[in-house]
Amino acid sequence: MNVTRTGGLLAWAALVCAAVVVLGLCIGSAGFENTVGALLGPPNAERAMAQQIVWDIRLPRTLGALAAGALLGLAGALAQGLFRNPLADPYLLGSASGASLGVALALASMGSAGMLGSSVVNEASVAASVFSSSVWVRLGLTGAAFAGAVLAVMLTLSLARGVQHTLRLLLAGVIVGVVLGAVTSLVLLFSPDSLQAMQSFLLGSTSFIGWTSCLLMAVVWLLCALAAWTLARVLDGLSLGEATAQSLGLPIGPLRAALVAVLALATGTAVAQTGLIAFVGLAAPHLVRAMARVPHRQLMWLSSAMGAVLLGGADLLARWLIAPQELPVGVLTAVLGGLYLLWLMHRGSGSLGGLRT
Amino acid sequence: MKSGIALSAQSLSASLGGRAVLYDISLNIVQGQWTSILGPNGAGKSTLLKAFAGLLPHSGSVSLLGQPIQSMPRRSRARALAWLGQNETAADDLSAWDVVMLGRLPHQAWLAPPNDKDLAAVERALRFTQAWDWRHRPLGQLSGGERQRVLLARALAVEAQVLLMDEPLANLDPPHQADWLCVVEALLMHGGTVVSVLHEITIALNANRLVVMREGRVTHHGATQDAATRDAVCQAFDKRIAIHPLNGQWVALPHIPSVNPFHPVPKDASP
Repeated sequence: MNVTRTGGLLAWAALVCAAVVVLGLCIGSAGFENTVGALLGPPNAERAMAQQIVWDIRLPRTLGALAAGALLGLAGALAQGLFRNPLADPYLLGSASGASLGVALALASMGSAGMLGSSVVNEASVAASVFSSSVWVRLGLTGAAFAGAVLAVMLTLSLARGVQHTLRLLLAGVIVGVVLGAVTSLVLLFSPDSLQAMQSFLLGSTSFIGWTSCLLMAVVWLLCALAAWTLARVLDGLSLGEATAQSLGLPIGPLRAALVAVLALATGTAVAQTGLIAFVGLAAPHLVRAMARVPHRQLMWLSSAMGAVLLGGADLLARWLIAPQELPVGVLTAVLGGLYLLWLMHRGSGSLGGLRT
Repeated sequence: MKSGIALSAQSLSASLGGRAVLYDISLNIVQGQWTSILGPNGAGKSTLLKAFAGLLPHSGSVSLLGQPIQSMPRRSRARALAWLGQNETAADDLSAWDVVMLGRLPHQAWLAPPNDKDLAAVERALRFTQAWDWRHRPLGQLSGGERQRVLLARALAVEAQVLLMDEPLANLDPPHQADWLCVVEALLMHGGTVVSVLHEITIALNANRLVVMREGRVTHHGATQDAATRDAVCQAFDKRIAIHPLNGQWVALPHIPSVNPFHPVPKDASP
């Protein structure tokens, strides 16, 4: 029964994603353009231009937004299952603050290198966005974000003395988040030039996702989704309580470590490519639950699909709402996600219904 | 009646958060019988049950069906001993069927779909606890009592020789408490061993044997039919309860202050 419903929902999500891709090809700085028509039209300068815009910019960006959304949706479902808490979000293990610190340090070091006359600097300091078009700057910042995310998760794990105690893990994540956030502020205080660039990262953006990022996120998502699928029964078992899961013969320690690794990889990859995009990881599993109550094995796929739809849709809106200007997609997801959670609380029947006071 | 030993603890001590909770307990649980652990709040009943299930670090030794529990392979231990804990579940999204199917985990290969034996065991357990009719409903939409019956079915679906239950009657109304007794009786008839921690002393007095605990120690262990065992139960509660025979069964009642402040009983009414 559940499987049929899951199949139906996945088919819907695939359709919406296809629509997002088609619209994503047509919406740009000039608002809606019939690029698809131009692509299919006679071979002329207009078609060459359309080809370039679509192939180099809009297609990788749209597909990248879908892939990043899928990663965050998957990570959200994993985090909520692992922490047995519907309010858990993928950034809880400190990955977001770690990535921010990594980027802040990278920007600050590029800034100070600039004083020594390095060639990279100008781009870093001039860049209005952290997602600069220079390959080296981008690679450096993406690497810094990823390294920061991974190191922060490791710090959280060492503070929590492993993954045995969920509450300790949660507390350690909060502490790491607060402390690294403070260090990031300190770094920015001493390197005010990085502030503007840093802001783009903190707001999240899908603007500069290229084919490399897109491919990387797709491959990581596939790996993480397969790993999550094989570990899904552990999450079902854990939802019965730790003692019961243990009594069922599940080796909780190693399996939880594997789940944390998948969560960190999915979140770290998404954050490194798109900055901090709020609420997608938190809201995607809730939206799925509002439509179907399913075991984790199906929730992983559905939450990924929902994350892709959410971020893909938000990316379209961000491009279109105030064209030719563009809204940071993270701001949009935060506003829409916040409104959604508020609605869910007031409705009182969703998975957050218990929060109504 | 079988006379083997299902569970055995030797010099068992355990602590929680640095505070000693169990002191040097040596105890044998007889196979094929229902043993109930009784005692006041904080006596260490649930902790003892957890230690018996191998879910708690402890000193001393615990053996299950003659084998040291810590050295048993995880899955064979899970097939031999089923556990029903109290108030741990957050599986609101899972249907009753999915929850009960989790009881089959110790019997299933990692990614294998359930086989006919699993399906039959789940159906049997759900029918046994009268939860079959709402097997498709998510756990989150069930009442406390309905939930408890699904969780009991989950433990039964393991089809283990030994079943440990911590407060299994929580949220069950009196008729369903009686149904629970029937479930236990059926398990015993099939050679199972049941160990429970219960606050409902009247229900617990139906057990074959009672383990009486107080302040982390076992103060008495014996057959329920022995007057000394029932005395030990009253002692454990500082004589603030009394056990009376009524219609062929034992009934435990708390001593209420000399005059019931809420509904004074007429003086001529018999006690």
